Amino acid sequence: MKRTVPLIITFVVGTVLILSVFIPPMENLGENFTLFFDIIAVFAFFLGGGNLVRVHFQKISRKSDDFQFSFVTLIGFFVMLSAGLFKIGNPGDIASSVTADGSLFNTIYQSVFVPLSSTMYALLAFFVASASYRAFRAKNREATWLLIAAFIILLGSTPFGTMLTSWVPESWSIFHIPNLAVWLMSSPNLAGQRAIIIGIGLGVVSISLRLILGLERTYLGDDSA
Amino acid sequence: MKVKLLIMVVMMLALSSFCFAQDNATEAGTEDTDTTAVVESIILPAPPGNLTGIDKPNDHGHAAILSWDLSPDDGAGENSVLKYEIYKWVPQLMLDINLVRDSLSVIQRILRNTTSGITEGTQADSMKIVFEKYSRDELFDIRNTLIAHVKQENTGLAEASNSYPENGAWLFVDKKPSGTKSFVHIGSKDFKSAGFVPDFANLYYRVDAVTIDGAKSSSKVLGPIQTSGQWYNTYRTPVVFSVLFFTLLTIYFVREARKGADLYVRPLGGIEAVDDAIGRATEMGRPILYVLGLGSAADIATIASFTILGRVAKKVAEYQTELLVPTYDPIVMTVAQEVVKSAYLDAGRPDAYKEDTVHFVTQSQFAYVAAVNGIMLRELPATNVYMGKFFAESLILAETGALAGSIQISGTDEIAQIPFFIVACDYTLIGEELYAASAYLGKEPVLLGSLKAQDYAKAAIILLAVIGVVLAQFEFGAAFVNLFEVAN
Repeated sequence: MKRTVPLIITFVVGTVLILSVFIPPMENLGENFTLFFDIIAVFAFFLGGGNLVRVHFQKISRKSDDFQFSFVTLIGFFVMLSAGLFKIGNPGDIASSVTADGSLFNTIYQSVFVPLSSTMYALLAFFVASASYRAFRAKNREATWLLIAAFIILLGSTPFGTMLTSWVPESWSIFHIPNLAVWLMSSPNLAGQRAIIIGIGLGVVSISLRLILGLERTYLGDDSA
Repeated sequence: MKVKLLIMVVMMLALSSFCFAQDNATEAGTEDTDTTAVVESIILPAPPGNLTGIDKPNDHGHAAILSWDLSPDDGAGENSVLKYEIYKWVPQLMLDINLVRDSLSVIQRILRNTTSGITEGTQADSMKIVFEKYSRDELFDIRNTLIAHVKQENTGLAEASNSYPENGAWLFVDKKPSGTKSFVHIGSKDFKSAGFVPDFANLYYRVDAVTIDGAKSSSKVLGPIQTSGQWYNTYRTPVVFSVLFFTLLTIYFVREARKGADLYVRPLGGIEAVDDAIGRATEMGRPILYVLGLGSAADIATIASFTILGRVAKKVAEYQTELLVPTYDPIVMTVAQEVVKSAYLDAGRPDAYKEDTVHFVTQSQFAYVAAVNGIMLRELPATNVYMGKFFAESLILAETGALAGSIQISGTDEIAQIPFFIVACDYTLIGEELYAASAYLGKEPVLLGSLKAQDYAKAAIILLAVIGVVLAQFEFGAAFVNLFEVAN
């Protein structure tokens, strides 16, 4: 019963949503179904918050390794929760928006959270450099081709690339480095991407069919097919 | 009683504002006459010709397609046409209903505390002053009564449309730049919306050619035309056949697999590495980190990741290794907990399952990255598995994992992130391989059967693409290519 009911729901909802693609009066059905998802998501937030608090309280009570970080997490959690729930420092009354300018919630968000998030994002620049170094080492033939293609695209994005091949006559303009870079992106690269997209499309249909027909059940915690 | 009184107030307000609008219109009309005197010296553009219209096919109704011949002064002649304005004739009843809709909109704004944008002295402001005197409960009652009123009045729209050209007015619908020869008027099917276009009601349209000076000439009036909905979208017939073909193929191969047919599927390096990676973690006495990505439980990539997590968790339970699953979404966390718990049960080690194996971190992208990176650097997992939907955080996670010396296996269907994973991870499942992974891991004949069907479908697509490329070079090939066109 625990397995059968979800399988029936999956089959019925999946089939109806497939049909809705072909039946115009049902075309907004998918959007309407997402409302159910949103309703469940609201309750799941309590589960998420509860889990976070429980896990970190346990770490502190057991004095696990690095339990000091759990203090920071819990303090941050409760301070933000209180600032939002009780609208501390809100310029208007309790009915005003929680993100109103001047509220404690908004101040902490803008002054602490946003800079920290930006810092994490900025790390990407350094990681791109280190990853590129690893990827572009000409270890074998494929890696060498990758290096050449990357070099052309990098040069094509700079004025130096334009300058380097400016002597090439207009009738041979395909060999201007910026044009080569555009060609690499719009032909071989795009062709490869489209092949992956077609594969993904088929994969999505395949896994959807497996789910709708009840062949794939691991998501229910059932290993038997 | 109070509500009925209020509806009367609304109607009076509406009526007064309508009269006010009429006065303005009269004044504007006078102004127009004056302007006409000035405009007379300006050459009016030739009107657009041959205005035709049909019900938009293969839709839910409430939409019409208009087309016209360009004004002779559009791109030629005086070359003075700047744009085309599309107008629709509506009966007086529709105008009255629109005024009640406006009051509904004001009530909604009061209920949502979003009245700050209402300008003082406007009709909406007058309505706001009236409605703000009522409690929220009373406003809900009023709103419901007004909705019922609009619904009731809408039933008379089709009949009211028959009175053309009496008792109605031309409403501006949209404008299009010069050179445009058609327009799709997609009305709303929601009777509470101001853009509501009733089905099976007589509709009248006209198109004006407008010059930069504002001089305009109207086309002949088109109408009556009617809109209606259809029960089947014929544009999507190729998709119906594709889905049927693929479904039958899947069912066929699943049946073959159940009969015991030996189905060969190409081995995937990334999947075969999973067992080795778990073994390595066991030997090193370090945990395995499984990241489900930033997708929600409704994303196919996340669902595929659940199935892989189930297989990985079972192996982990068998090998008695530690598993860490920090999650981004509370629903994903709940499902993942159930999947891991069941996997431990299947492995005969329910006692080894720990409640905090799968835990929630945060729903903020970079805060999640910071937390997962922290786990990588503190716990030094032997293996990191990234399966699911990833965005800008993919490279930050994978590079940190590489720095921590972990074996890394990744899989995503996000095209933009695949190169980052290929560069930074030891094994990567590209696109569809992520969906196929659970079947490979389980080696179950039924799932392998569906993979076989997928491979055959891919072969069919490649074959059709090659035939299409060849035929597209010839004129007669267009018919073949058009067979696969899917319009909206």
